Amino acid sequence: MSAIAEAPQTQPVRARPYEGRVTLPHVIKAEWTKLWTLRSTRWSLLVSFIAMAGLGPLVAAVQMSRWSTLSLGDRLTYDSINTAVGGYHLAQLTIGVLGVLVISGEYTTGMIKSSLMAVPRRLPVLWAKILVFAVVTFALMLLASLISFFAVQAIVTQHHVQHGIGDPGALRTVVGGALYLTVLAVMCVGIGGILRNTAGGIATFVFLLFVLPGISAILPSSVNNAISPYLPLNAATTVASHRFDNTHHLAIWAGFALFCGYALVAVVGAAISLLRRDA
Amino acid sequence: MVAARAADNLNMIEIEHVTKRYGEKVAVEDLTFSVKPGVVTGFLGPNGAGKSTTMRLILGLDRPTSGTATVNGKPYRDLPAPLHEIGALLEARAIHTGRSAYHHLVAMAETHGIGRKRVQEVIDLVGLTEVARKRAGGFSLGMGQRLGIASALLGDPSILILDEPANGLDPEGILWIRNLLKGLAAEGRTVFLSSHLMAEMAQTADHLIVIGRGRLIADTTVAEIVAQASKDAAVLVRTPQAAELREALVGKTVTVTSAERELLEVHGLTSAEVGTTAARHGIVLHELVPQKASLEQAFMGLTGGAVEYHAGMFGEENAEEIEVAA
Repeated sequence: MSAIAEAPQTQPVRARPYEGRVTLPHVIKAEWTKLWTLRSTRWSLLVSFIAMAGLGPLVAAVQMSRWSTLSLGDRLTYDSINTAVGGYHLAQLTIGVLGVLVISGEYTTGMIKSSLMAVPRRLPVLWAKILVFAVVTFALMLLASLISFFAVQAIVTQHHVQHGIGDPGALRTVVGGALYLTVLAVMCVGIGGILRNTAGGIATFVFLLFVLPGISAILPSSVNNAISPYLPLNAATTVASHRFDNTHHLAIWAGFALFCGYALVAVVGAAISLLRRDA
Repeated sequence: MVAARAADNLNMIEIEHVTKRYGEKVAVEDLTFSVKPGVVTGFLGPNGAGKSTTMRLILGLDRPTSGTATVNGKPYRDLPAPLHEIGALLEARAIHTGRSAYHHLVAMAETHGIGRKRVQEVIDLVGLTEVARKRAGGFSLGMGQRLGIASALLGDPSILILDEPANGLDPEGILWIRNLLKGLAAEGRTVFLSSHLMAEMAQTADHLIVIGRGRLIADTTVAEIVAQASKDAAVLVRTPQAAELREALVGKTVTVTSAERELLEVHGLTSAEVGTTAARHGIVLHELVPQKASLEQAFMGLTGGAVEYHAGMFGEENAEEIEVAA
C-alpha cells in the first residue's frame, strides 16, 4: 500500500498486478466455500446423510423384530435391497429443499448481486453451483447408500433374506439411489434459479415430484396408466428401486434418462433467466 | 495490462445515452456523463431520482433499455477481472445473512484467485476484525456498510463506486468514510459516490453530477453550483434610513422586502450595487451582507426545477414523492 500512497496524484493507480482473473475453477472454488460456510447447508446435508444411511437399517431392524407377525406374502417378497436404498424417500425432501435454497437464498438475501458483480458473465456461477452441489450430493448419498446397504444386509441375515452387493441389480440400485438424488438436486437448483424465491421454488419442486402423482391417481385409470410413467418421480425412482410394478414405470434407464431431461429443462430455464433478467 | 488499454478511458466510467425502463416506469432517461479519473465525483439527486439504477447499470446488474455504460472502455460484463478494476458498495445489502463476514469475503476473493491475506487486510482496514467470524445477518447497519466497503476494496480496484456510503453510519463512521474516500482519491483512484445529502457531498466530492427524475440536471463542481444559486440570493441591508433606501433601490427587476424596521432584504442587485446606490443618496448603512445560498438551497433549487419540469409528465403523485425526498 505504501507504494500507492507515494504515487503522484495524476498517475492512475494500479495498486498491484492482477493476482488472477475470473475462471471457472476459481468460481467453483468460491461456490465450494459458499456451500460449506452456511450453517443451514451443513445441517441439511447432515440430515440428508443420516436419512439416507439410517432409515433403511431402522426399518429393517423393526421388520426383523416383527418377522413372525408378517404375512407369508410379505416375507416371500421381502426385498432387502429396496429397504436399504429406501432412505431416499426422506433424503429427497431435504436434498430438494437445499437445492432450491442454494440459489434462491442468494436472491432473497441480495448475495446474488455480489456473486454477479464478481462474475459478470453470470453463467459460470450457475455451472459452478450445480457442479459443486451435484458432486457433494452424489458423494455423500453414495456413501450413505453403501453404509445403509451393508447395515441392512447384516441386520436381515437373521432371517436369511440378505443380498450381496454382487447380486443382480444390487449395486445398480445402491448407486441409483445416489444418482436419483443427485439429478434431483440439479433440477431443484434449476427451479430455484427460475423462480428466485424459496417458498415458490420449494412449492414447485413438491408439486412436480409429489403432488402430480396424486392428481394422476384420481384420473380415470386409462389416463393415469398412460401418463403416470412419465411423471418425474415415477420416471426417476426406477433407477433407485430393485423391483417395481412395471405397468406404472418406464424401463430403468429410460426412466432415468427422462428424469435427466426434466432436470436439463430446469437448468436451461435457469440459465436463460440468469442471462436475460436483471439481477 | 495498464499500458495495453486505451489511455483515454482508463479509470473512467462512461454513460452514454442510457435509458432504463422497468415496464412502464422510466427510471433513467437518456443519461450521458462520465466519471473522470483521480477525483471524487458525487452523484446527487433526491431519493428515487435514478442514482441506484444508474449504478446497477454500470455494474452490469441491470441491462440498459438503450445506450451503453462502460468501465475502462468496456461493458462491465466484459471485464475479465472486475473486482480488480472497480469495487462497488450497493445501497441494498448484497451479503448472505447466514454467512460470516470473513467467509463472504473469502468466497468473493476466490472468484479472482485473491488470497486470504488480502481478505484479512480489508477486514482490518474497515475495522471489522473482532466480528469477522460472526454471521453477517446480525450486523448493524454501520457494520454492514463497513463489510460492503471491505468487499469493494477486496480487489484493490482503481475505481470505486459507492451508493450512499454514509447510510447508517454514526458521526464517527461518517468521518471515517469521508477520510477513507479522500485518501483513496488522493492515491489516484476514481471515486464515484451517490448521496441525497448535498452537505455530505460538499465535504467529500470535487465534481458533481446531479440527476432528478432520471435525467441529468447538472455536471459541474460544488463551487459552481453554489455560485449559480447565489446569483439570485438576497442582500441584507441594515440602515436607519430604511424607507429612503427602499425608495432609491426599487425598480423593474429589484424587489425589496422588510422583516424588521431597519432591515431590508434586497433581491436583484449585488451588494456592491446596493452600496453604491446608498452612497449616491447619502444614506447611512450599518450592515451590508450578501446572502450566500446554502448548499441545500442550491440543491433544492436545482432539483426543484426538475420537479416542476417533470410534474406535468409524470403526474402529481411522483412530484410529491420528490418534494418529500428533497
